[in-house]
Amino acid sequence: MEIIKELEKSFISDKSAIDFKAGDTVEVAYRIVEGNKSRIQKYKGTVIQRKNSGMAESFTVRKISANGVAVERIFPLNSPLIETLEVEMRGKVRQARIYYLRDRVGKSARIKELKVSK
Amino acid sequence: MQGLIGKKVGMTRFLDSETGVATPVTVIEAGKNVVLQLKTEERDGYCAVQLGFDKCKEKHATKAAIGHAKKHNADVARVIKEFTLSADASVEPGQEIGLEIFANTVYVNVTGTLKGRGFAGTVKKYGFRIGRATHGNTNRRERGSLGAGTFPGRVFPGLKMAGQYGNTQKTIRGVQIVGSDLEKGLLFVKGAIPGKNGGVVYVKKNEVKG
Repeated sequence: MEIIKELEKSFISDKSAIDFKAGDTVEVAYRIVEGNKSRIQKYKGTVIQRKNSGMAESFTVRKISANGVAVERIFPLNSPLIETLEVEMRGKVRQARIYYLRDRVGKSARIKELKVSK
Repeated sequence: MQGLIGKKVGMTRFLDSETGVATPVTVIEAGKNVVLQLKTEERDGYCAVQLGFDKCKEKHATKAAIGHAKKHNADVARVIKEFTLSADASVEPGQEIGLEIFANTVYVNVTGTLKGRGFAGTVKKYGFRIGRATHGNTNRRERGSLGAGTFPGRVFPGLKMAGQYGNTQKTIRGVQIVGSDLEKGLLFVKGAIPGKNGGVVYVKKNEVKG
């Protein structure tokens, strides 16, 4: 297993150092390749889970899109296609996986901001 | 040189820095094979090279195995395997052979021993469908009929039935090499290979795909 861990080190991106967890609002700048052109698409939403560890780690971002359609997107944390990952707001949640958001709409689907006291 | 003896280390994935595509990769430790003996046309009737892999403590080896290894100042090998060799190849006993033999190879065949599953039923072993759980059904995981009645009056040979599953040798052909680390003696192949982590595998060049 030591050999595998050593190999995976080179694939782990600097994004894994970013401190974020479920409940946080993040903006992901994701590179999209279409034919020979590539562009950056920004995707903003609430992190509802972080899954796995090491180079296999991924996170799910949920957002309410146009017409109230909810979209969930899973990003591999170490994907080279993630240009930037910014934490916009820290959320105050108790669970590590806030699946209960899926059953909520409107006001009850809000997440309180976590005020960090010094 | 046709192949090497190796050890399955485990699986991981490689990420393409351009496209972000993840490739499933099995890591095989296959460096440091030692030539223990050469079989020649004149003496043995065929050409082959006998390779030894992995160290074995002398207290666990027979005196014959120790003497065989010491002839060329090699470590006592845990695994010994012969590979065919063309008559004009220049290989010396005692020589160490590594992954450089796969320098121009893209596809290999990997032979390993399947994980043993013991005496398994037909559902696990052959993927037979399981019966209905409710509505009075008593046939849950059984295989069903073994054939007709008075005629032919016997069970045909070769029917799929429960029995030992796994712990047999299996070869996966045409496994793609995606990279190697010559220094550490690591070979990276795409996809899964038979056996558990730490199991002995034989990696051979695939003559069909090249």
